[in-house]
Amino acid sequence: MTDLKRTPLYDFHVANGGKMVPFAGYDMPVQYPAGVMKEHLQTRSAAGLFDVSHMGQVALTSTEGLEALTLALETIVPVSVAGLKPLRQRYGIFTNEAGGILDDLMIANTGDHLFLVVNAACKSQDIAHMKATLPDHVTVTEITDRALLALQGPAAETALARLVPTVTDMRFMDSHRMDVNGVEWWISRSGYTGEDGFEISIPAQIAADVAAKLVEMDEVELIGLGARDSLRLEAGLCLYGHDIDTTTSPVQGNIAWAIQGIRRTGGARAGGFPGADRILAELENGPDKLRVGLLPQGRAPMREGTPLFASSDSNDQIGVITSGGFGPTVQAPIAMGYVPTEYTTDGTEIFAELRGKRLPVTVSSMAFRPSTYKR
Amino acid sequence: MKFTEEHEWLRVEDDLVVVGITEHAATQLGDVVFVELPEEGTTVTKDEEICVIESVKAASDILAPLDGEIVEVNGLLVDEPSKVNEDAIGDAWFFKMKIDDLSVLDEFMSEAEYKAFIG
Repeated sequence: MTDLKRTPLYDFHVANGGKMVPFAGYDMPVQYPAGVMKEHLQTRSAAGLFDVSHMGQVALTSTEGLEALTLALETIVPVSVAGLKPLRQRYGIFTNEAGGILDDLMIANTGDHLFLVVNAACKSQDIAHMKATLPDHVTVTEITDRALLALQGPAAETALARLVPTVTDMRFMDSHRMDVNGVEWWISRSGYTGEDGFEISIPAQIAADVAAKLVEMDEVELIGLGARDSLRLEAGLCLYGHDIDTTTSPVQGNIAWAIQGIRRTGGARAGGFPGADRILAELENGPDKLRVGLLPQGRAPMREGTPLFASSDSNDQIGVITSGGFGPTVQAPIAMGYVPTEYTTDGTEIFAELRGKRLPVTVSSMAFRPSTYKR
Repeated sequence: MKFTEEHEWLRVEDDLVVVGITEHAATQLGDVVFVELPEEGTTVTKDEEICVIESVKAASDILAPLDGEIVEVNGLLVDEPSKVNEDAIGDAWFFKMKIDDLSVLDEFMSEAEYKAFIG
């Protein structure tokens, strides 16, 4: 067994009863004593604090200025980076030559450089990919001396404003850098729960103090990776390595919304990213399969890997569930998975095979619970 | 009450063996959201997977602790799976079995032995 890495909050998690498990090479809290269900509902009703310091924080700088930098990044992501305004953040993906997805990420324009947050399991590979493919004027720097916290839920703004009053001025996907008692905090109004909330990058040495201050507030409780997964599933958000990967295109993955018109056929900066031929063709003609939401009609949760069929007796598998479980807020099993395009209309009934039985599943919108972002 | 290494408890009631899972098992599973029970009247063999328990985290099985016949199942758990977390050794029994020879229960762990087993 390889040695697990620890985030700056490791001792804090253990002191707070976190049940630590290996995740993406880190020893991370899957839950605290309250348990996944209560942690999930806490985040929906008040506020939850998550340690996401295992994720990769990366600065991209250029000797040729911000515009050249944004255009350079556009050669490996199919989104409009040059169109991203200062102090704003946008969802992006790294694609491969086959049009598959290497990782998904957040891209922020700090006003003079780009700040990226990438998945923990992909960060070494992402950094190597950027160093290998971006032009010489771009410098890729992994930021290893900062923790990353997420504060999510309807009370997140009230709680964080006690420490940083100006966060009330931010709206969804704003990304600001602010001085808090002489320390620079990097705050974006975003998250992975479908709730309003913030992602907060702070120096590692103050992370435990900040986390303790937040958790002392009545509205805030610590939330582990278990509830992080059920929260993102209810919000219809994809998880890299499960719902999207190198074999799925962004169009198949139902994240084509991340590809702005300017990068599509007919746009001023159309194409010019790995896999553009396939991805642009799929945007024009539609994909062969699509990630959709799935509502099992019974009470049995259906998990990743559960095969999907067109009818209760057909032998040909049409698709597979890529994420699934129980939605604590919707109080029902929910899932997402891939089905051929002809089965993607809302309300279509298909079947999942669970423990040898065919059970009906209804194709549905993926936002099982509508998001509450402050736009 | 007797205990199995699969974290089930067994108690005899009106010559039937009532089976549930221990509080330790319920805590390990986390919040139970779904229970699938065997059909009443089914004949089962020891170690056969006869119930499914799903928590918010994962699915697991309950194995038949003995050879016998399932004579009654606890429908309450289908409607209120969270009972397993709330009252594992009381209301949240899973099924009642008829077995040939109740003396085989002697082979299972006592409460003290089970406590030592889970450490």
